[in-house]
Amino acid sequence: MASEEGTPEAGTEAPGTGAQAPETGTHAVDAGAHDGGGLAVDPMHQFEVHALIPIKLGGLDASFTNASLWMVIAAGLVALLLLTGSKKLVPGRLQSVGEMAYEFISNLMRDVVGEKGRPFFPFIFTLFMFILACNMLGMVPYSFTVTSHIIVTFAMAMAVFIGVTVLGFVQHGIGYLKLFVPSGIPMVMLPLLVVIEVISYLTRPVSLSVRLFANMMAGHTMLKVFAGFVVGLGVLGGWMPLAFMVAFTGLEILVAFLQAYVFAVLTCIYLNDALNMHH
Amino acid sequence: MPQLDFSTFPPQLIWLAIVFFGLYLVLSRLALPQISGVLEQRRDRIAADLDEAARLKEESEKALAGYEAALAEAKAKAHAIAQETRDKLNAETDRQRAEVEAKLAKKTADAEARIAEARDAAMAQIKEVAGDTTGAIVTQLIGGRTTKAKITKAVNEAMKG
Repeated sequence: MASEEGTPEAGTEAPGTGAQAPETGTHAVDAGAHDGGGLAVDPMHQFEVHALIPIKLGGLDASFTNASLWMVIAAGLVALLLLTGSKKLVPGRLQSVGEMAYEFISNLMRDVVGEKGRPFFPFIFTLFMFILACNMLGMVPYSFTVTSHIIVTFAMAMAVFIGVTVLGFVQHGIGYLKLFVPSGIPMVMLPLLVVIEVISYLTRPVSLSVRLFANMMAGHTMLKVFAGFVVGLGVLGGWMPLAFMVAFTGLEILVAFLQAYVFAVLTCIYLNDALNMHH
Repeated sequence: MPQLDFSTFPPQLIWLAIVFFGLYLVLSRLALPQISGVLEQRRDRIAADLDEAARLKEESEKALAGYEAALAEAKAKAHAIAQETRDKLNAETDRQRAEVEAKLAKKTADAEARIAEARDAAMAQIKEVAGDTTGAIVTQLIGGRTTKAKITKAVNEAMKG
């Protein structure tokens, strides 16, 4: 992301996505204005989605976009790491990485969910590895951060939310609603607490998706803004924002890992609620 | 904000679904069973190796115990042999010493007996010589007027005194 200072070209906007036209226009104006001021950076340009291969599925736009490309790259890298690594008794480096990831999520699930969560391990593992790969690939300059789009994180959070809710009802029947009734609470307080519990349950997908999306977007925007300062201040003054960027890049890598971990942990906690009701 | 451009939602959702499901299939069907297989195999192997090591250790400890027992037995035996030999030698020595002592004691007794005999003989001869001498002196002095018996009696009385 650091050096897209060249020229944010409005022309590369997604062909076949007519609704983007007005947006594209404003970007062109923005870019022009910045070009004049020497800070030729639009920090949001990196998040733009444009079609690489336009595909139409019965009136639905299913174009292969740059976002799709990076999803495929992320998934491909994960699969490559876990499939091609040798399967020796004494592991090599790549094999160790794959096994560490496996044990990491395995231990996490054992601690949070217990043995009952075993069938869902592949799902949680895929979720974690996919988000981690997307976050980490987002740190590569010129790449696209899949998880910096609310629709992507929201879709994953909704999948988790719906899956967990269905699972809860399948496991406990109508008794799953007891999740909203905290035990050992005076009757007077109960209606209020039930409302709070229901709201907190329903906002799970929102908080889960916004946390990841906002972290990714804010970090990358920040990096881009400071990268603009480096160029803007030139050789004499650019060192300070550059030093900041180096430190901040380290922090962003930490955040990239942490957010994938948090997503996995919260999913495990929700799964635990559905499998072993504690209320 | 490009994230709120709704026209990009359908392609993102569709491709997310495709990619995620594909990755899920690949991982759950191929990769994860392989990894868990390797991990299990390693765990089993390590457990087996540990068991084997424990078994070998136990064996070596048993062997050590056997060796120590044999060593202790050998030491005890050696000690016993040494003791026996010492006792035998002591007994032999005592016996020989007793023999020698008995012999010496007998010789001493013989010698003493001989000395006592010689002294008695000498004493008897002294009486006789003294009687003879006294008789001769008396005869010389008073001229043969006394008897032998008288002289002997007088000598005995004088020697007693």
